[in-house]
Amino acid sequence: MFEYIITKYNYWIYITLMMIGLYAMISKNNLVKKIIGMNIFQTAIILFYISIGAKRGATIPIIEHSHGHGIIDITRYINPLPHVLMLTAIVVSVATLGVALALAIKVYKRYNTLEEDEIIKKIREDE
Amino acid sequence: MKKLALIIVILTGILLMYATVDFPPWGDPNSPASRHVSPRYIKKSVEETGVPNIVTAVLADYRGYDTMFETTVIFGAGVVCFFLLRVFKRSPRKESLYRHLLTGLVIRVREDMQEEPDLEEFERIDTLWTPYDLILKTVCRIMIPFIQLFALYVIAHGHHSPGGGFQGGVILGASFILLAISHDLRTMLRRMKEKLHTVLCAVGVMIYAGVGAVCVLLGFNFLDYKALSPLLHTTAVMARSYGIFIVEVGVGIAVMATMIWIYNNLSSEGRYDEGL
Repeated sequence: MFEYIITKYNYWIYITLMMIGLYAMISKNNLVKKIIGMNIFQTAIILFYISIGAKRGATIPIIEHSHGHGIIDITRYINPLPHVLMLTAIVVSVATLGVALALAIKVYKRYNTLEEDEIIKKIREDE
Repeated sequence: MKKLALIIVILTGILLMYATVDFPPWGDPNSPASRHVSPRYIKKSVEETGVPNIVTAVLADYRGYDTMFETTVIFGAGVVCFFLLRVFKRSPRKESLYRHLLTGLVIRVREDMQEEPDLEEFERIDTLWTPYDLILKTVCRIMIPFIQLFALYVIAHGHHSPGGGFQGGVILGASFILLAISHDLRTMLRRMKEKLHTVLCAVGVMIYAGVGAVCVLLGFNFLDYKALSPLLHTTAVMARSYGIFIVEVGVGIAVMATMIWIYNNLSSEGRYDEGL
């Protein structure tokens, strides 16, 4: 049991972060707070992927020049694949954050508020 | 509602925590994710592409399609921000403020005068204007060229050290945003015109897709940089290395332009006259 906790608690941290993000997305009333929740959620996923690629005692995935074209020990370099996936995901998450904020600005211009319940009330009044 | 949300979230969390029983322990070299394709990348990337940084090699060569469409997504986000926010009508705010540089007097100019006072002693200021901070402006003016130089280094040196088009592009975009924050939006727009960054955004994606198209024209697969070796007068391995570099430059340009584009539209609500 102790072994289990000591080797897997990293996943629990990401799950906790993800829960915080999910809770903010579901229950917060303000649209900007929802967007912040979405970003926390994305961060949790990114950390999760990066931790999958970790290897104990290994270094960053850049082949040292002294290696030349000899045999490369794969346990010396961490898994590059999750890093590639998350590298693009980070920039894309910034871009989607921009789109979300643009939508929030549009909503604010139309309804003069960012509170979800007030927006719904105003939409009902319009109908 | 909030209690229901809390229950759902805790249930999800418990299920996920239960799932971690089957996960490999942290730092396990034999975890399933590290056994399948990544050993091949680590062993073969220098031999096949001549790029010591495996992340760059995988990003732009082995998974070139993926990165191309990620760049397209970023371009799409810029376009969406533009279409959502940009307004071309004259702003409903009928007045703009001008400050006399020598005396500090501020005058209001009606927008319906059409012609803006073009005197050198006056400068346009934002409605919410804060007095200039000499230290802030000077430090930013000195720092920005070095930030841009570092960004170019990160793009160009992505083959041998952590870096590449995405990171360098974001740093380059951030330097322009820093200029807009420390001075004002118009100062930045004088250096990076709206037309220029919009075109650059498309040019970046076009460089990436264009390299792929050139490979097809030379009789190879899309984004197979081996095809470039007769054009560049090098071996197939070095051609792949150069192909990765060209693609990274394209990504850098696209990311930089998109960051500036999104920032301009968000901070000025699409009016491009007064920023933060």
